[in-house]
Amino acid sequence: MGVESKLGNLGILTTTIEKAVNWARANACWPLGFGLACCAIEFMSTQASHYDLARFGMELVRGSPRQSDLIIVSGRLTRKMAPVLRRLYDQMPEPKYIIAMGDCAACGGVFNNYAIVQGVDEIVPVDVYVAGCPPRPEALIDGILKLQEKIRRSRPLREAREEASKVHA
Amino acid sequence: MPDPIADTLKSRFGDAIRNVVEFRAETTIHVRPDAIIEVCTFLRDDPAALYNFLSDVSAVDVWPDEPRFQVNYHLYSMAHNRRLRLKVSVRDGQSIPSVTGVWPAANWFERETYDLFGVKFDHHPDLRRLLLPDDYLGHPMRRDAPLVVEEVEFTHNYGEVEASKPYAKE
Repeated sequence: MGVESKLGNLGILTTTIEKAVNWARANACWPLGFGLACCAIEFMSTQASHYDLARFGMELVRGSPRQSDLIIVSGRLTRKMAPVLRRLYDQMPEPKYIIAMGDCAACGGVFNNYAIVQGVDEIVPVDVYVAGCPPRPEALIDGILKLQEKIRRSRPLREAREEASKVHA
Repeated sequence: MPDPIADTLKSRFGDAIRNVVEFRAETTIHVRPDAIIEVCTFLRDDPAALYNFLSDVSAVDVWPDEPRFQVNYHLYSMAHNRRLRLKVSVRDGQSIPSVTGVWPAANWFERETYDLFGVKFDHHPDLRRLLLPDDYLGHPMRRDAPLVVEEVEFTHNYGEVEASKPYAKE
């Protein structure tokens, strides 16, 4: 019951380029280590052996935005930290994704005050919001699976073509 | 029992010492703003005081009362194991002398007080914001500063709040 039994001796598999690209992107989405508060502790335990984020191809938390595809904003973002998040986001190569982990990152949470950004979507475009204060590792994993679903459903080539036709038009 | 140094201060500085309050074994001395440097220098150097450690400088906003700010100096004497609090009342816009020349530790405390309350310290070596971003407008710990930055979202005002939110462009 593996891919061998389906293929027989042919050794050939047909798919679309988009599906192959999405498969690669979704299953090796390396997050940037961007811990801001207590959510980062949950993120660390999600990534560590007990919950084992490696099952989803995301075990490698990178220290450099140039080597990562995903920022998990884990915690409340202060107004002073906001330019840093934006700069890190701008330094990441395309395609890039953002998960707003926890209530603080999603909407400011309980911190409706002068110091905290009321949702990181003011600063960067967010793909998945994970609710919770902090979210349990299961919730974060669910958010990650949602992101992978979103990546698999995306049509990168069609989007690129539309983008190109917009430029020519 | 009030701190024994209180009487010495009163006889030495006269009018500059406005009031001495003793509450729950804590001594608070109200000092006139223009005398703060002399009082602090005396408290640091006098053998009976030796308040050589400045543990905090902060402020209290008592708006709408005037003068609206009370700047607090918390001192500790390592030699005598005693603590003392100095209070200076300041009006909005009025500046007080910096005590960075007496205790270098005052540098960041006074920057923080300026940052959050807008109290200005004269002759401070580097009076910039400490905690908030440099382009921040206003002083958030003042009592007349807005308590929340965003109206709380409910079902009945969801649309309005959502429309005013600054979302990032892709």
